[in-house]
Amino acid sequence: MRRLTPYLLALPSWMWLAIFLVVPLAAMASVSLQTGNVIDGFVMTFSFGNYGDALGTYSTQLVRSLGYGATATAAMLVIGYPVAYWIAFKGGSRKSVYLFLLLLPFFVSFVLRTISWGFLLADDGIVLGTLKSWGVLSADFHVLATSFAVIAGLTYNWLPFMILPIYVSLERVDPRLVEAAQDLYATRGTAFRKVVLPLSLPGVFAGVLMTFVPATADPVNAQVLGGTGNTMIGNIIQTEYLVNNDYPTASALSFTLMAVLLVGIFVYARVLGTENVLEAAAR
Amino acid sequence: MNRLHSPALYRGMTQPRTRRDVFRLAGLSAAGLALAACGVQGQKAAPPKADAVADYWAGQKKNGKVVFANWPEYMPEDHGPLKKFQQETGISYEYKEVINENTEFFGKADPVLRAGQPLGYDIVVMTNGIQLQHMFELGYAVTLDQSKMTNFQANAAEAYKNRAYDPGNKYTMPFASGFTGIAYNTKYVKDDITSIQAMFDAKYEGRVGMMADAQEIANFGMIALGVDPEKSTEDDWKKAGEKLQAQRDAGIVRKYYNQDYIDALSRGDIWVSMAWSGDVFQRQLAGEPVKFLIPEEGGTIWTDNMLIPKGAANPVDAMMLMDFLYKPEIAAELDEFIQFVTPVPAVQELLREKAASASGDDKKALLDMAESPLMFPTEADYAKLHSYTPLTTAQEQVFNPIFQSVTQA
Repeated sequence: MRRLTPYLLALPSWMWLAIFLVVPLAAMASVSLQTGNVIDGFVMTFSFGNYGDALGTYSTQLVRSLGYGATATAAMLVIGYPVAYWIAFKGGSRKSVYLFLLLLPFFVSFVLRTISWGFLLADDGIVLGTLKSWGVLSADFHVLATSFAVIAGLTYNWLPFMILPIYVSLERVDPRLVEAAQDLYATRGTAFRKVVLPLSLPGVFAGVLMTFVPATADPVNAQVLGGTGNTMIGNIIQTEYLVNNDYPTASALSFTLMAVLLVGIFVYARVLGTENVLEAAAR
Repeated sequence: MNRLHSPALYRGMTQPRTRRDVFRLAGLSAAGLALAACGVQGQKAAPPKADAVADYWAGQKKNGKVVFANWPEYMPEDHGPLKKFQQETGISYEYKEVINENTEFFGKADPVLRAGQPLGYDIVVMTNGIQLQHMFELGYAVTLDQSKMTNFQANAAEAYKNRAYDPGNKYTMPFASGFTGIAYNTKYVKDDITSIQAMFDAKYEGRVGMMADAQEIANFGMIALGVDPEKSTEDDWKKAGEKLQAQRDAGIVRKYYNQDYIDALSRGDIWVSMAWSGDVFQRQLAGEPVKFLIPEEGGTIWTDNMLIPKGAANPVDAMMLMDFLYKPEIAAELDEFIQFVTPVPAVQELLREKAASASGDDKKALLDMAESPLMFPTEADYAKLHSYTPLTTAQEQVFNPIFQSVTQA
């Protein structure tokens, strides 16, 4: 009995995964191969052509989403790393205050925050209206309805998910290692490059993972902040499910997106050689 | 939190699965597949036979309560018309503002009704269009009891008795109508816009808002080409699609909006937009510089309809309430608040009478309403209003992609 206890304790979580992850995924896989319509119903025909059709029609949006996701992730890394570094090494006794401030926006709904960006960045709104009245910007200048607005929105919305893991890995870096490096005649730059940066890579890896995937699949930013040429794959999937009731196409697109992201992540993990980094960090 | 970032976790996440793991996963998935392989069953319903309808109604009785699901801001806040119904009939009501979008509502209701379960509502309100059509075709709407529609027969305008999408009011009774036309912000647009061609005018480059909804935008494209959407063919849809594509390629369209167009218009991101009449009315009351018009070439009229969903617990009470709303004094009370087009024409005279005995601001507001062409369109107004294109499911699969390739590129 005692030997079984750990398994029994783990059983609820396995059941949870089985019921709420594996079954829906399998159902989605099945639906993606069916044909029909909402009136006559859908029947299994093993039509793998659904994938080809969906991809043929929406490859632009898929590629665009990956591009937006990658750009936003890069922007988050550039903005987030210094913030995490600053909190970890210069935060002193107020670290938890800074972390709390970082998470404060999350007390407001994600959609509401994005919509309020729409108000902030309106053509004659607080920011642009003021700059225009000073003559800094031309009257026709606008930020909303551009790719820049969508990418900026994505960057803003997931930034904390980039900062937190990097912060955690930086926080674990023993300052004495930096001192030791400097004792061995490393400049501050070299010490950062050879000691701090490699030790923080696991955090960077986790941060990229936690931001790239949701940013790529997000439909909200494109809908609220985008214009005519900024539709992302998430918007298409939403339309196919809710508006067109074309469940096979929606499922096929969801699966394709998932597959592309998974492959991307594995390639990324290999290229970055995360395991070595991790082992180094563990010592 | 540190433990979350343990090396073991990363190794677990990044290392390839062993073969045994893969087989195990595959086994689980296969079980899931077996569950799912039965697919989504179709339920296309044959129109009910006349005696089946009679039998259904013969088996129902008044239960003394009714649950009404409607859109927001579609009933006076004091529930006046519903309270009067309760006083007169002794039927208690529950009123729920739970419908925000036809697509979303249908998306949620479909699995429930498909499984043969009740929605928990006795009356729901849906706009004429694809989703309402689906409700009929799937047998999700109860065939109405024509003998309990006395107020409706006596007081509804002819135009609301015989609508193309529900001839003979088999399944629905109209709740209110409104228009899709053009709205513009008078702070930025100094000309008087009268024509739909303004939406295609390079003068407003990047300042035009179009709607994302396929049926709405299709209508605008077709009206601009002089085609009646109700009689349109696949060829017309393609031409309209090309016209809209050209409008988009020329950089005239800022964005394809949902309900958020009205905010963008009132803050000046867009200057001219496709718009729903009631939204603009409400903004005008709030003092914003927006103006609504039905273009001279024509606009779209839509109707929100009451229907009884399959499995409703209190269909007799629902019939009574729906018919009660067609009493002229009740319809007037309702319309004074919602300010859309009422299916009961006698309301106009009642509002005029009420205005005559009122004074000050009230009098002016009531007179404005009674004489507003947006609440009481004339015959000439109706003549330039078009309905949506009626589509079969097969046609829908041609129609939607034509317009979605414009709005979702």
